[in-house]
Amino acid sequence: MTMCLPTSAEEALSAFSACPGWEQRARLLMQWGERLQPLSDAERVDAHRVHGCESLVWLIAEHHGEHLHFRASSDARLLRGLLAVLLARVEGLSRAELARVDLVDWFNQLGLQRQLSPSRSNGLNAVLQRMRELAGRSA
Amino acid sequence: MSLTSPWRADFPGMLALEAEGQTYLDSAATAQKPQAVLDALLGYLSGGVANVHRAQHLPGERATRTFEATRSKAAQWLNAASSEEIIFTRGSTESLNLLGYGLEHLLQPGEQIVISALEHHANLLPWQQLAKRRNLELRVVPLDSSGSIDLDAATRLIGPRTRLLALSQLSNVLGRWQPLAELLAMARAHGAISVIDGAQGAVHARPDLQALGCDFYVCSAHKLYGPDGVGLLYGRREALNQLQHWQFGGEMVLDADYHEARFRPAPLGFEAGTPAVSAVIGLGAALNWLSGLDQAAVAHHEAALHAELLAGLQSRKGVRLLGEPQLALACFHVEAVHNADLAHLLSEQGIAVRAGHHCAMPLMKSLGLSGAIRVSLGLYNNGADLQRFFAALDNALELLR
Repeated sequence: MTMCLPTSAEEALSAFSACPGWEQRARLLMQWGERLQPLSDAERVDAHRVHGCESLVWLIAEHHGEHLHFRASSDARLLRGLLAVLLARVEGLSRAELARVDLVDWFNQLGLQRQLSPSRSNGLNAVLQRMRELAGRSA
Repeated sequence: MSLTSPWRADFPGMLALEAEGQTYLDSAATAQKPQAVLDALLGYLSGGVANVHRAQHLPGERATRTFEATRSKAAQWLNAASSEEIIFTRGSTESLNLLGYGLEHLLQPGEQIVISALEHHANLLPWQQLAKRRNLELRVVPLDSSGSIDLDAATRLIGPRTRLLALSQLSNVLGRWQPLAELLAMARAHGAISVIDGAQGAVHARPDLQALGCDFYVCSAHKLYGPDGVGLLYGRREALNQLQHWQFGGEMVLDADYHEARFRPAPLGFEAGTPAVSAVIGLGAALNWLSGLDQAAVAHHEAALHAELLAGLQSRKGVRLLGEPQLALACFHVEAVHNADLAHLLSEQGIAVRAGHHCAMPLMKSLGLSGAIRVSLGLYNNGADLQRFFAALDNALELLR
């Protein structure tokens, strides 16, 4: 199924798929991490923590009618980058669209699939699971 | 001249990882296996398997004989008084859990279990949970700044109400030999049962359990260059006789009725069900292989690698070691750098080190750290492995700063 990508997702896809090596990929991730909308201290609280990560990760879902808007942050820089490319893919999607997105495939397309392997404790898997939970809640 | 391990070529796994561009520096988690272990596994599995201690037929006799030969070999390797002092378990963790249940009936409410602040979860949680079940006091001996158990504090904390002392021989985070002679003397003076977690220690110096004089000692085959799924529980004969049976099933009974049963003594009474026969046979091969090595040469090589590791870490700006490691491994963090970021970039460069809390969360919390990177060595590592690690570390830090 082809789905129309959000603009920032198109941008992430062209940047990451042109990336020739680990060093450039890491730099790019850190740059994307800088683009995350910052969370206030009041938002960096336990209620928004994604548990199951060795780093601190916060994820907040805002419901605008049928559409979802996520914000996220972490104390680890590369994880902030991974969160940014994740949020780029799901930005503005409706609940139904979000339920259909193959996020594992998204990370594959970006060449970041290893970050989702079950042995990683970076917490990206926990973030995906938390995102589905938050999206599943009634607005 | 760069350090070269004369034993590396015996480890197909090391060579395969190297060919794949991976630098393996995580032997404290699990070790690669020598060809002799692979040969023993294949020899047993392809030569016709059989269950042990059950059948009269030839394959059963052969499997049982090879299986029991490992028990004798392990007793000899640990310098136990007899092979009947060796119980096969699934690993150090199961050995410690066995003790947590097997010794439960000897502890009365209000009595104390003493451990140290550096214990791995495997030598903390079984005792913590036993303390909860029996309403015991769990006492934790603090460490000094080098990462050794504080003997003055131990003198205060180990007393007449102490019934059990459980300690690691070598910390998986701090890499220091603990002062067991003094601590075991304290346990003996108060009539406490002593348990030593040798999961790391057994790998780096051949244990001499009669000289050490503890009641129980545990270790795992997979860190000792042997297969996973098997570990050892040594118990001094008198100590073993006090253990209550804990898992029930095939081959651990003397006589069973529908409503009553009588059980075998150790070791077989503590090996319910079919054991990991092939892994035990592989462990026998690992111990044979280890016994054939020049121990002094191995210790010398490991010490030289460790000195290089420490020197390299200490020469880098902002790198902070955890404690003062003496051998086998070093844990560190870097000021103003998140250990998850560093771990990410090291793994991107094919460096296999461990990052995180190392199954010692209370220790990490007491050090005020959310995690650390651990580099750990095996006898097959070369100086070049460390050079690749340091080059990757420098690249990573340059990117992150």
